[in-house]
Amino acid sequence: MQIVLKRILQLVFVLLGICVVTFLLVHMVPGDPARVIAGDRANPETIEAIRKSFGLDQPLWQQFVTYAGNLLSGDIGQSMRYKRPVTALIGQFIWPTLFLTGYVICLAVPPALALAIASARKPGGLADQIIRIVGIAGMAIPVFWLGIMMSRFFGVALGWFPVSGYGKTFVDHLHHLFLPALSTAIWMVPVLIQSLRAALIEKAGADFVTAARAQGAGEREIFWRTILPNAVLPTLNLFGVIIAFLIGGTIIVETVYAVPGLGSLMINALLARDYHVVQGLTLMFAVTTVGVTFVVDLLSALIDPRARL
Amino acid sequence: MSIVTQPQATEAPARGRLNWTILVAGVIVGGWIVLAVFAPWIAPYDPNAVDILHALAAPSADHWFGTDQVGRDVLSRVIHAARIDLVMCIAGVLPPLLIGTTVGLLSGYYGGVVDTLLMRLYDLTAAFPFFVLVLAIVGILGPGLLNFFIALALVGWVTYARLVRAEVMSIRDSEYIQAAQCLGYSDRVILTRHVMPNAFGPVLAYAVSDSVLVMLAGASFGFLGMGAQPPTAEWGVMISDGSAFIRQAWWICMFPGLATISLGLGLAFLGDGLGQLRRRQVSA
Repeated sequence: MQIVLKRILQLVFVLLGICVVTFLLVHMVPGDPARVIAGDRANPETIEAIRKSFGLDQPLWQQFVTYAGNLLSGDIGQSMRYKRPVTALIGQFIWPTLFLTGYVICLAVPPALALAIASARKPGGLADQIIRIVGIAGMAIPVFWLGIMMSRFFGVALGWFPVSGYGKTFVDHLHHLFLPALSTAIWMVPVLIQSLRAALIEKAGADFVTAARAQGAGEREIFWRTILPNAVLPTLNLFGVIIAFLIGGTIIVETVYAVPGLGSLMINALLARDYHVVQGLTLMFAVTTVGVTFVVDLLSALIDPRARL
Repeated sequence: MSIVTQPQATEAPARGRLNWTILVAGVIVGGWIVLAVFAPWIAPYDPNAVDILHALAAPSADHWFGTDQVGRDVLSRVIHAARIDLVMCIAGVLPPLLIGTTVGLLSGYYGGVVDTLLMRLYDLTAAFPFFVLVLAIVGILGPGLLNFFIALALVGWVTYARLVRAEVMSIRDSEYIQAAQCLGYSDRVILTRHVMPNAFGPVLAYAVSDSVLVMLAGASFGFLGMGAQPPTAEWGVMISDGSAFIRQAWWICMFPGLATISLGLGLAFLGDGLGQLRRRQVSA
C-alpha cells in the first residue's frame, strides 16, 4: 500500500510538470502573444484589451496559477479559430482516433506475438535471423510514404478501399480505416517484436527455467508454461511506450488519409497558429501516456506482488 | 534446447557475417555522403530548374526518375536532397548527444542533487510522446529546420544523459577508477581520460540508431510542412509535393521514399552492427 501511495505521489509530480511544460509552451511563441492573438492588423487598443482579458499583463507565476486552476476545473482553453472550448473539440475529434488506435492494436499485436515467439523459440536460427533483419528494416520505412503508396495501390489502382475519410457506420469505419491502420501496424510490428523477443530470451536464461529443466520438464513444456507466462509482465509494461508511439504515428497517418481525428486537429491547429488547441492536445496526449503507464504499473503489482513500482 | 545453451548466438552472429553487415551498411551510408558532397557535379540537372513543357514526364532516358509538376528533374532533386537529410541526421543528433553526455557524466559520477534533478526531468520528458512534444515546440516556434533542431536538442538530450549516467555508474566504482583516484588524478582527468572513453561505446551505437529516427522525423516534418520549406529539395518535402499528383505521376513520391528507406536501412544496420560489435568486445 505504501508503495502505491509513493507511486501516486510521483504521478502527481509528473502531472504538475506536464502542466508547467504545456504552460511554458505557449509562452515560447516568438513575439508578443497578445499581438499574435489579435492578428497583424489590430490597433493598439485591441491588443491592450486582449492582454487584459487573457491576463497577459499579470506576472508569469500568477498566469500559471490561473492556468492550473482552470485545468483543475476541466477548462483547458479556448480555440481561437473555432471559437469553442478545446474540450468540446477533443470530444468531437476523438472518436476516429480511438477507433484507429484500437484497430491498429488488433492488427499489430497478433502477428507481433506470433513472430516474437517464433523468433525466441530458437534464437540464432533461420527464422530468428530473418525476423530480426525484417524488424530492423521495418523501422527504416517512413510511415507517411508507406501510407501514400498503399492508398495509391489499394485505393486508386485496385479500388478496394477508400483513400480518405471515416465513414458513417461501424462497418464503414472498418472499411475506411483499414489502410491507415495497416500502415501504422506495419510500422509498429517491428518495434513490438524486438521488445517481446528480448523479454522472452531474457526469461529463458532465468534460474527458474534451469530449475524446471533440472526437474526433468520437457523443452516444449518449459517454453509454454514457464517462460511465456513470465514474459507477460515485461510485455504489459510495454503498453505505455506503445501508446506514446501510436499517438505519434496516428498524427502522421491521419494527415495522409484525411481522417478527421485528433492528429488532423493537431496539425491544422499548428498550421493555423491556434496555440491553445496545440497546448490542450499536448496536455491530453501526455496525460494519456502517463495514465496508461500508471494503470499498467498498478496491474503489474496486482499480477505479480514482487513487482517494484 | 538452444534457448538456454547458446544465448550468445542471438546477440553475436559469426564474425564474418557481422563484418559484412557493417561493410554493406557503411557502403550505403558512405555512398549517400559522396552523392551529397558532390551533388552539383553528379546531378544531371539543376534541382530547382523549372521546365513547364516537360512537367510530370514519366521516367525516361533524359530523366531517369521522371520530372515533377513543374518539370524539375526528380533524380537531381533526390541527389541534392541527400544534403539536407544527412545534415538533419548530424545536426539533429549531435547537440543532444553532447549536452546529454556532459550532464550524464557529471550526474553519474557525482550523484547528489544534480542526479536527482536529472532523473525527475527524465520522468517528465518520458511522459510526453516524443513526436508530439517536438511537433508542438516546432509549431510554436514556427516551422523550419532550425527550430526542428532546437526542439530536438531540448527534448532529446535527456535520453542520452540517462544512458551515459547508467554507464558511468557501472564504471564509477571499478578498480581502475579507484586506482586513478589513489594516484591523485584530478576529477577532470579521470572523467575525460578514464570514464568517458569507456562509457562512450554504447552511446555511439545508440546515436547511430537514433539518427534513423531523427531522419525519419525530419522527413515527416518536411512532409507535414513543419520542417524544411519548399522549394528546398528534401525527401519529405518532395513526397508531400508529389502526393497531390500521385494518380498521374507515382514517380515523384516513389523515388524520394526509396532514397529515405535506403539511407535509413544503411544507418539502422550500421547502428545494429556497431552495437553487436561492442557487446562482443565486452563479453570477450
